[in-house]
Amino acid sequence: MKALIALGSGLLFGVGLSLGGMTDPAKVIAFLDLGGQWDPTLAFVMGGALLLTTPTFRWLLRLKRPMFEQSFYIPTKNDVDSDLVIGSALFGIGWGIAGLCPGPAVVAMYTGAPKVLAFVAAMVAGMWLRDQVALRRHRRQLAAAPQSSPADLSRS
Amino acid sequence: MSVVINPSDWLYALGGGLMIGLAAAVLLGLSGRIAGISSIMAGMLANLFPERRLPEVSWRAMFLLGLILGGLLFATLFPQLVQQRLQVGWGGMIAAGLIVGYGTRMGSGCTSGHGVCGIARTSRRSIVATATFMAAGMLTVFVIRHVLHLS
Repeated sequence: MKALIALGSGLLFGVGLSLGGMTDPAKVIAFLDLGGQWDPTLAFVMGGALLLTTPTFRWLLRLKRPMFEQSFYIPTKNDVDSDLVIGSALFGIGWGIAGLCPGPAVVAMYTGAPKVLAFVAAMVAGMWLRDQVALRRHRRQLAAAPQSSPADLSRS
Repeated sequence: MSVVINPSDWLYALGGGLMIGLAAAVLLGLSGRIAGISSIMAGMLANLFPERRLPEVSWRAMFLLGLILGGLLFATLFPQLVQQRLQVGWGGMIAAGLIVGYGTRMGSGCTSGHGVCGIARTSRRSIVATATFMAAGMLTVFVIRHVLHLS
């Protein structure tokens, strides 16, 4: 059931990204190009999505649990740190160069265009690289924590 | 700066946005998951390594499959509405892909997870992330187009 829900949600998401124009790099760059002929159309995509998610998320997250799961899987971190800002800035730079963000890049894989597939492969490699860095850092922190105290370990 | 907007385009954009929002709400309400594409991809990637295996592999693969099928379905039904004008060559695509992958993991999300889902939860982190990647994207395009004149 959960697999079916994910497939349906992904399908709707993919149609939405296509209809909205997010899968056209020229349009994305035109949206980001404040210095030229600015095309603000894509603001309506995020605006339209938020118009729906803002009230429904608020309502859904007040429920005890989702319909087919025991609990909601919601990020718990709440602090703005340097990783968040630097990582987002890097993402923005890559988005500005190619005009593709992860969702539309995956959607565009259906075309089989070699350059799109290369973008996705490079993106997966970049994700893997970052997760390796984070994993190493996490292991170092674990090793540095005093082993005798499980309380410290659980906090790190 | 001049502003150009094609009058029918913004309706498509709004319609597309509403569908994206509905898709995210369905996933959250039924399965309790955030429709953040970079995190879903990374979750699948992590499952390739036994030490970091997460429970529930299949829903992530199915969501990504749905995305691709969604693109295919739309292009089949409305070929006249689909445009895909790539802006850079091989080097640019590969470099951008690497940076996007690395950055979205470092910053814990992309346009979908932070921009659509996180802002809806009024997450402070997501609001900061979205403002940052929008600004960085605009600055990058400005430098490429109007300072370096590369395109």
